[in-house]
Amino acid sequence: MMLEITNLRATVADKPILNGVSLHVPAGEVHAIMGPNGSGKSTLAYVLAGRPGYAVSEGGVSFDGRDLLAMEPHERAAAGLFLGFQYPVEIPGISYLQFLRESLNSQRRSRDEAELSAGEFIKLAREQAKLLEMDAEMLKRPVNVGFSGGEKKRAEMVQMGILAPRFAVLDETDSGLDIDALRIVGEGINRIMRGPDKGVLLITHYERLLEHVRPDKVHVLQAGRITRSGDIELARTLEREGYAEAAA
Amino acid sequence: MTAFPTRKQEEWRYADLDALQPVWEQFAEPVTLTVGSGEELEEIWLPVAGDVQVRRVQIAIEQGAKARLFVLNTAPVYGRIELEVSLAKGADFELFGANIGTGLSTNEIVTNVKHIGTGGRSRQTIRSVLNGKAVGSYLGKVEVARGAQQTDAEQSVKAMLLDRGATANCKPELEIFADDVKCAHGASVGELDAMQLFYAESRGLDPASARALLLEGFVMGLWDSAKGADSICEASREALRQVV
Repeated sequence: MMLEITNLRATVADKPILNGVSLHVPAGEVHAIMGPNGSGKSTLAYVLAGRPGYAVSEGGVSFDGRDLLAMEPHERAAAGLFLGFQYPVEIPGISYLQFLRESLNSQRRSRDEAELSAGEFIKLAREQAKLLEMDAEMLKRPVNVGFSGGEKKRAEMVQMGILAPRFAVLDETDSGLDIDALRIVGEGINRIMRGPDKGVLLITHYERLLEHVRPDKVHVLQAGRITRSGDIELARTLEREGYAEAAA
Repeated sequence: MTAFPTRKQEEWRYADLDALQPVWEQFAEPVTLTVGSGEELEEIWLPVAGDVQVRRVQIAIEQGAKARLFVLNTAPVYGRIELEVSLAKGADFELFGANIGTGLSTNEIVTNVKHIGTGGRSRQTIRSVLNGKAVGSYLGKVEVARGAQQTDAEQSVKAMLLDRGATANCKPELEIFADDVKCAHGASVGELDAMQLFYAESRGLDPASARALLLEGFVMGLWDSAKGADSICEASREALRQVV
């Protein structure tokens, strides 16, 4: 099992948000998590990536057989975990190229892999930007500064393409995207993350992205626990009837 | 020639006068610059050699003229950038300045921006990064003369203290004698942004590297709009390497 979440309970500012989440994602699969606002979707994403302040009170997460929760955020990244942020963060004064090159090389150092030279890195970054139909010139600008909402989300996917993780947790990557951008992002997820030794946890409100990505399983998170699981038909039902109806 | 200052004078309050004394004569008389009507001046001031580095400059920005300064203040013992700027009608002044200090150093940026004519605009952005027992100060006075209506003045001052012994002083001061003006100032002394740190670490940077990168960004953001910024970027990176 690639990602194995067992009876995970977590609090934020002493408030219980996750109330016993169990979820298994085998290698080679894409699982989607849907759920109403406030159900704990983003908290789950942050707990997996190790955001400070998100306290696990019970349960565990194993990633490739390792205890994910015992690792620091940068160690999780080096182990192959990637979080696509719902609200990507702006970092003035640091260009995207510098940010990603240092990040990638830091990961590679901790995996005892050779670092990429400036030239090699720029080539890789240009390729990935082009595949996501993003102007590579944007990578010379400070991280996310002055980017529109949609550009930030697309840039998250370019980062994913460059860092080439083994497992991606994508937190509402589809929000703020127009129809064309949604297709490009969906294709990007398939291209970068579909593979026998890769996996994805795709958090979304809407079924539309799932028509591009075609998850192997769909789970519904409500009040901090998984209440239903199914295939893409479940997502279509939810889209039609809403969470309250579908749960009944 | 100006008399040797004392700490009782507000604008010399945090100065290292002991360090200044032996070299005072060469700095006693401020340098004067005039930016003629409609002209534009852009200058980058890099650190010079020596333990004590002082610049005292008076700039007159005439009608409709623009002046932009990018200033790196990082003397090993005492650095002082002192500016007295006057803005005529419609004049524009931008200052981007950094104090980067380590050890026992004192680095300060002291400004007096005088809006004389109507419709002038001034922007002052100061960032300090300090470790050890270093002191970094910004004393910034903005004077809006009677009749200098539609003045638009802003001061943004932020400091990062990397050790408990480091000190940041920040004193924006406004003297306004007109009633239709916009004068804003903001100041903060603090920590790196927790969300930026987490974002960088989630991409694979260890905490020390993430902090170093964010501190670099904290300073480098000042030079984003400078023409030919390579020299000041390189000099700031070098100064930051001494501090982080």
